[in-house]
Parts: sequence; C-alpha cells; structure tokens
Amino acid sequence: MDLLGFIIILVKVLVVFAATMLTVLVMIYLERRVSAFMQGRLGPNRVGPQGLLQPIADGIKFMMKEDIVPAGADKPIFILAPAILLIPALMTFAVIPFGSDITLFGRQIPLQVADVNVGILYVLALTSIGVYGIVLAGWSSNSKYSLLGGLRSSAQLISYELAMGLAVVSIILLSGSLKLNDIVADQQGYLFSWNVFKQPLAFIIFLVAVYAETNRLPFDLSEAEQELVGGYHTEYSSIKFAMFFMAEYANMITAAALTVTLFFGGWDFPLVDESSLGILGTVLSVCSFILKMGFFLFLFIWVRWTFPRFRYDQLMKLGWKVMLPLALFNIFITAGYLTVRALV
Amino acid sequence: MPLSLLFYFAALIAVGSAILVVLNRNAVYSAIFLVLCFFSLAMIYLLLEAYFLAVLEIFIYAGAIMVLFLFVVMLLNLGREKALPHFMKFQRALSLMLVILFFFGVSLIMVVGSGELHQPTIKFSSGSVYALGEALFTKFLLPFEVASLLLLVALIGTVYLAKRKI
Amino acid sequence: MDLSQYFTSSDIAGITPEIILTLTALVVLTLEMARVFRPGIILLVAASGLVLAGTALVQGGNDDKILFGGMLYLNTFSMFFDFLYLFVGLLTLIFSQGYLEKMGSETRGEYPALILFAVIGMMLMTRANDLVMVFLGLELLSLSLYVLVGFLRHNLLSNESGLKYLLLGAFATGFFLFGAALTFGATGTTNFSGIASAIAAGTVLSEIYLYLGIGFLLIGFAFKVALAPFHMWSPDVYQGAPTTVTGFLCTAPKAAGFGAMLKVFMIAFPEAFPEWQDIFWVLAVLTMTVGNISALVQSNVKRMLAFSSVSHAGYLVMGILVKDIAGVSAVLFYLIVYSAMNLGAFAIISLAEKDEQSLTFKQFRGLASQNPLLSGALAIFMVSLAGFPPTAGFIAKYGLFSAAIAKGYIWLVVIAVLNTVVSFYYYFRIIVNMYMRDEKVGLQPSTGLLTAGILALLIAIVFILGITPGYLLEITVDVATAVS
Repeated sequence: MDLLGFIIILVKVLVVFAATMLTVLVMIYLERRVSAFMQGRLGPNRVGPQGLLQPIADGIKFMMKEDIVPAGADKPIFILAPAILLIPALMTFAVIPFGSDITLFGRQIPLQVADVNVGILYVLALTSIGVYGIVLAGWSSNSKYSLLGGLRSSAQLISYELAMGLAVVSIILLSGSLKLNDIVADQQGYLFSWNVFKQPLAFIIFLVAVYAETNRLPFDLSEAEQELVGGYHTEYSSIKFAMFFMAEYANMITAAALTVTLFFGGWDFPLVDESSLGILGTVLSVCSFILKMGFFLFLFIWVRWTFPRFRYDQLMKLGWKVMLPLALFNIFITAGYLTVRALV
Repeated sequence: MPLSLLFYFAALIAVGSAILVVLNRNAVYSAIFLVLCFFSLAMIYLLLEAYFLAVLEIFIYAGAIMVLFLFVVMLLNLGREKALPHFMKFQRALSLMLVILFFFGVSLIMVVGSGELHQPTIKFSSGSVYALGEALFTKFLLPFEVASLLLLVALIGTVYLAKRKI
Repeated sequence: MDLSQYFTSSDIAGITPEIILTLTALVVLTLEMARVFRPGIILLVAASGLVLAGTALVQGGNDDKILFGGMLYLNTFSMFFDFLYLFVGLLTLIFSQGYLEKMGSETRGEYPALILFAVIGMMLMTRANDLVMVFLGLELLSLSLYVLVGFLRHNLLSNESGLKYLLLGAFATGFFLFGAALTFGATGTTNFSGIASAIAAGTVLSEIYLYLGIGFLLIGFAFKVALAPFHMWSPDVYQGAPTTVTGFLCTAPKAAGFGAMLKVFMIAFPEAFPEWQDIFWVLAVLTMTVGNISALVQSNVKRMLAFSSVSHAGYLVMGILVKDIAGVSAVLFYLIVYSAMNLGAFAIISLAEKDEQSLTFKQFRGLASQNPLLSGALAIFMVSLAGFPPTAGFIAKYGLFSAAIAKGYIWLVVIAVLNTVVSFYYYFRIIVNMYMRDEKVGLQPSTGLLTAGILALLIAIVFILGITPGYLLEITVDVATAVS
C-alpha cells in the first residue's frame, strides 16, 4: 500500500470517528430538547445559544465526577465492561458506505472505511459482541438490579437478533451479496427500487428488532428505571457511565445508518445518477444519506416519547411467536418468488 | 514475514486462553477466556482468507452461544469452585502428569511429523460464501441434511430433559 | 449447474430406509404433540415404521452401490447390519411397552422417536464410506442415546448416567474428530477409498500424522464400544439407564461401533494395518480381562451385565485383529448371537424390576418357584452368555477362537479361554440364586403375551443357532467376503 492510500484511509477513519462522536453529542442534546418539546417543556436552554453547549458541559461534568467501584464488584471486568460495549459500537460504522465514490488526487475513493466482502455479517457479528458489555457490567457490579438488567438484555438481544438476521436474509436474497456496497448498488435507480418497497415486511421486522437491539423504548427493559433503578449501569459513575451512554447513542447511529443502507437505498438520491455528476453527485449523496439517517435518529426519539414499555413476557412472546415466524415466512415468500422468476 | 508472525500471535492467544478456560476457578472468567479463544480462532480464519468463516465464528460462537453460556452461569450464581476432597490429591497429581505428558507427546510428534501437509483445494478468498454454499449443497449434501437431523435430536432431547412440565 | 454428478434419483432411492425412519419419527412426534392417541398406538406406529424400512431395504436389493459421490457405500455388509439394527430397534420398542409407566414415567412419543433416530444414526455409520458420514452417524446415535439413557427424568440415577454418558461421550467425540482431521491432513481426503489409495500410492503427506490420526480414531471408537481402558463410563450408564434402553445400548450401538470400525480399518487403512496388530492384541486382552474381573465383584445385576458386555467386546476385538474372512464372519455371527442373548436377558430384568432401584443378585432368590418360565428363559440366556453348548454362545465363541488360532494367536486364545472360565462364576451366580436359594419375598414379574412370544423367539434363536449354525454362517461368510 502506498503512502497516499494509507493517508486516505487514515483520514476516512478519523472523519467517520469524529462524525460519529459529534452525532452522539447532537443526539444527546436533541433527545432532551425533543422530549421537552413533546411534553410542552423547554428543556436545556441555558448553556450556550439554545442550550447547544449542554452536551459538552455534561461531558466535562462526567469527567470531573468521582469514579466509584462498588465493594464486592469484580474489578477487572467492571472496568472492562464499558469498553467492551463501546468499542464494537464504534467499529460497526466502518463498513457502511455513506456516499458515492469521489475522485480526488487522480484516484477513485469509495466513501466507506473498509469494503469487507461479508459486510452485513460483520455488522451483525459486532452487534452481538456488544451484548457482553451489558451482561458483564450487570454481573460484575455485584448488585441485584444490575444483574437482572444484564440478564434481561442478554435474553432480549439474542431473541431479537434472530428475527433481525432473518429479515436481513431476505435482503441478501434479493441483492445476492453480503457486501453493503452491492446492496446499495442494487437499490439505485427510481424510487421504488428501494428495498423498503420490495420488502415491507422485512423492514418492519428489522425496525422493531433494531429498537430491541439498541435497548430503546419500547424495549428498554434492561434499564427500566421504575423496576431496576438503572439496570445494568446502576453502579456505574463518572466516565464509565458516560461510556455506556455514548455506546447507546453510537449503537443508535449505526442502527439508523444500517436501516438506511439496507432499506432506503443508502446514499442514493432517487432518480439521480450520482456518479455522472462528479463531486456534486458525491455531495448530494452524502447529504441524502445524512438526511435519511437523521430521520431515523429522530424516529428513535419520537418513538421513545410515544410508546409505553412492554412487559417482559410480552417482549419475549413478540420476539419468538410473532417476529420470528413472520421473518421465516418472508424468507419463504422471497425465495419462492426468486425461484419462480428464475424458472420463467 | 509479518503474516506468519500474526498467526503465531493468534495461535499463542488461542492456546493460552484455552488453558485459562480450564484452569480458572471462576466460571464467568472461563467463559470470557473462551470468547477470547474464539476471537483468536477467527483471526486465524482471517489469515487464511476465510472471511465468512471468521465472521461466523464470532457471530455464532462468541455472539450467540457463549452469551447463553454466560447467561446460565450467572443465573446459577456459581461461587468459586470448592477444592476437591483431600483424598483426591494423588489422582489429581497423576492426572495432571498424564495430561501434560499426553499434550507434549502429541505436540512433539505433530511438530516432528508436520512435513508438507495437504493444502486446501478451495481458495476461499474470492466469493467464499458462494464456494461454501455450493460445497454444502453438492458434494456435502447428505452430511448437510444429516446434520439437520442431528440438531433436531438435540432439540428434542433438550426440551424433553430440561422443560419442567411437558 | 449440473447436479447429477453429485446426486441423482437413485441416490435418493438408496437412502429410502433412512427417509422412511425419519418420516416415521416425525409422525410419532406429531402424534405425541396432538395427544389424542394412546402410548401403545404411538409405539405401534414407530414399530411399523421399522418394519416398513425393512421392506424398503429388501426392495433395494443387495448389489453394491456408491451413493452421493462416495459418501455412502451400500453392500451386503451394510445390509447385514441394517437388518440387525431394525430388528433390535423393533424388539426394544416391544419390550418397552409398559416398562416406562412402571418406572414412574409416562411413555412418551419422544422415546420411540429417539430410538428411530438412533437406528438411522447406526445405519449411516455402517453405510458410510467417508469419515464425515461416520462421524455424523455416530453423533446422531450418541445424542439419541444420551437422552434415552436419562429418559427417566425424575430418577436421579438415570439423570446421573445420562450426564456421565454425555460428558464422556463428548470427550470421545473430540478424539474421533481430531483423528479424522489428522487423517485428512495426511491424506487430503476423508473418503475411505481415497485414503486407502493415497496410502497405497505412497502419496501420504505425513506418515506420523496418519498414524496419530488412526490412533485417535481408534480411541474414539474404543470409547463408543467400551474397550478397556476406555470403558469407565459403561457400568454407571448401564446401571442408571432404563433397563430396556440398556438392552438396546449394549447390543445395536455396540454392533454399529464394531461395524464402522471394521469398515474403517479394512477399507480405509488396510495397508497401515500390520503396525496396529500389537495394539489390538493388547486392547483385546485388557478389555476381556478387566471386564471379567470387575464383573466378578458386582452385586448389582445390571452392573454385572455391563462388565460382561465389556468382556464380550474384548472377544470381538480378537475378530478385528484376525481380520480375514473367518475372523470377520465370526465377528458378525457373534454380534447376532450376542444381541439376541443380551436383549433377552435385559428384557427379563426389565420385567422383574418393580421400582426405581435396579436389581441385585439377592433379589433373584427364589424366582424359579415364583415364575419358572421366566427364570428358565433367563437361565438359558446366562448359559449362552457363558458360552456353553448347545447354545449359540458356544458356537460364536468357538468361531472367534478358531479364527484366532488359525492366524497363530495361540496365547491370545489361551487368555480368552481362561477369561471365559472365569466368567462362568458370575453368570451362574444368578442361576444359583434363582434356583438354589429359597426365599419367599421374591419378585413378581408379569409378562404380556407379545413379550413372552418374543422371548420365546429369542430362545429359539439361541438354540437353533447353537445346534445348526450353518445357515447363518453361510450368510456371514458371504458378507465377510464382501468387505475383505
């Protein structure tokens, strides 16, 4: 690999990382403002114009706080757990293409950190690793609430991972590839070539599963504050608590980006051929990606302040008795359609 | 050659963490080291350019199966393993000696006899998913189907033995 | 893509018995789920599945077939074993009728279904022509057996033995897989004929890996058929398992293990064999001696029979060691006779058992006056297990010993005969208890008409094969010629 190529990759890594972290800050701010708006309150508006600097103030506060490790906690794992949760959450974005190719310095640069040929599986695998952070945090805290939160979330994540994976399978069947680039390329063209129109059922299943996977309402049983104080992060304080927080929002960002990539054409702007427009096309595609992603991030907040929490048995019933059979049915239909199409 | 260095790195972690799985007295730590072992195995798969297998190793073993293990271990709330009764001391020493002898004997024989071993015929690097899928549904069709029977039996057995009320 | 080089309709036709058994098992499970039929009917459905599979087997003919691109190799050898499994499976289902209820567990659809799956696994083991298939068959069999052994969910002994069997069985599986992997590394294939031709052509990449691989495969097999020193699991498992399952466990799976072992060592490693003779010699002597000596001191009848089955496995290893037509045909003959004797013995013990405790020798006191017919039958099976003429046990042992002598293993046969003499003690101990000790508090076994009929059939087999073994011997010689 030559020097320029190396620098380009380095720049891409830094840009993606910085963008993710920035979005996390924005999300924390928005979550509070939007919820206030929905409840007819004002929300944080004192730090900076419109309270925009509030997340930074929060961050500084987190760092200044005393770091507590409870007595009886399993120290190494207690310290490791937030990192185990945060690192996969930040790594996932690496395979998501966020714009059409750009030509700079005489070479074509794909706007994606790494083009892994099993991209979608890479995302699913890393998501499944994040569970360890939650489970181990719950166990190592040596507290009932934490343990219950950890157990709940591990059972929940595994249950919904199945439905999510199966929903993705039908997308893979259509595109014939595990590469996220191919999946995006497959949805180019007119508006109705987006997967959400071809696979509405898969989209619904995927969306619901994503909410369960990110531990967001209406599936946030692992941190249900009325029952479990704070769930798995009850005993955490200071920067470690902030890491859990960041991981949650990073996961939401990845999930939104993945939803866009799989079902809404990724960076595709409908009816426009981005590659023919040169640098303008790239800008258009990145903007289109950010817009779509922004919508889904907003949806996360919107849903949170709209739906009540599920009961645990309802959650399991929904996952195993509704989502899973539906996802299987969808695969069956999709495969049947593809077989018939191949025969005709 | 940096790649072979990476291999030795991964292999060392794999063996080391596998040993720690066995030696640890805390079941949760054992489970965590097993996960680490799976990761180093996945790394070896990556070095063999079998990306699909590498990701599956993490996705299925580390991501699903071991989480369930951990789940059960936590539910059982196992404390530190109690030391075995005194009278087992002799047996333990003997078994440890035999295990070490066996391990080093087999490793020695394998190192001596490694020679020029068989190379895989399928190159996994391009379209490994296609290659794997094709092999499963052509050459290995019957084993693939029998494996499904195997899983069915395991499922029946688990439900029968473990469900409180059937 | 042209798939016909991988499988055609004739390949599918070749596995009709397996397909029939699988479908029957699924039907049985569905009937269980529906809960509208009595347990007896579910057993009947499973039994008819076995019979149907048998007819399909006959329909298929006995010409040599290679299926699924070399995964399976059907010939008279595999067919011989297929019939043995189906027969044992059928008898086990019949004997199980009523037994599980007696032991405090309702008969459930899972039981016959698992027996059917075990039969499929065994069939695949001896039909296999590839280490992958042997492994899958072995695992299908073992998984079914783990559950069957622990089938009495509320019985601690049964649970314990199921768990023990699972843990040690998994260990053995590891050895087997490691052996298969090393063999693959050395020869570049898992196909039996491929391995054989690689060895014959001298294209083995690493001799040492091959020997290590064969060694690990042997350890895997030795665990599964309980050869000393890998027999430790068998007494506990045999004792804790439901007795009908024990009867199944020590007959058909043992036959399957020996069948697969014969096939692996005769087809895949014929050239590598001479170096392994000493190891088989030691295994044979160790197994029969350890089995017999341990059986002497048991007070529990099922444990005694477990060790006796270990010692019988030791005699069978002699046949593998001899490895010519006479030796293999003797093994096959022995397996049939051994299955008949053990099935009968365990069936009678299952009838005599009354609660969760398994029987000791003392409890058999005075059984002869209580139920002379059953005691007579048990005595006949014991005499045959001991190897007395005119029972089939004698002919079977004679066949093995004479094959070994013909190959010059004089000392081995001397040790085997000494072992046989030792074994008289514990086989006759039960007869002595039944006939010569009088005690009023005996067992009160009751038999249904069907069970009694089957027992009579088994006794007839023991005597007919003991007096005129010629017919079966002809078949076994034919079958043995097919693999040699």
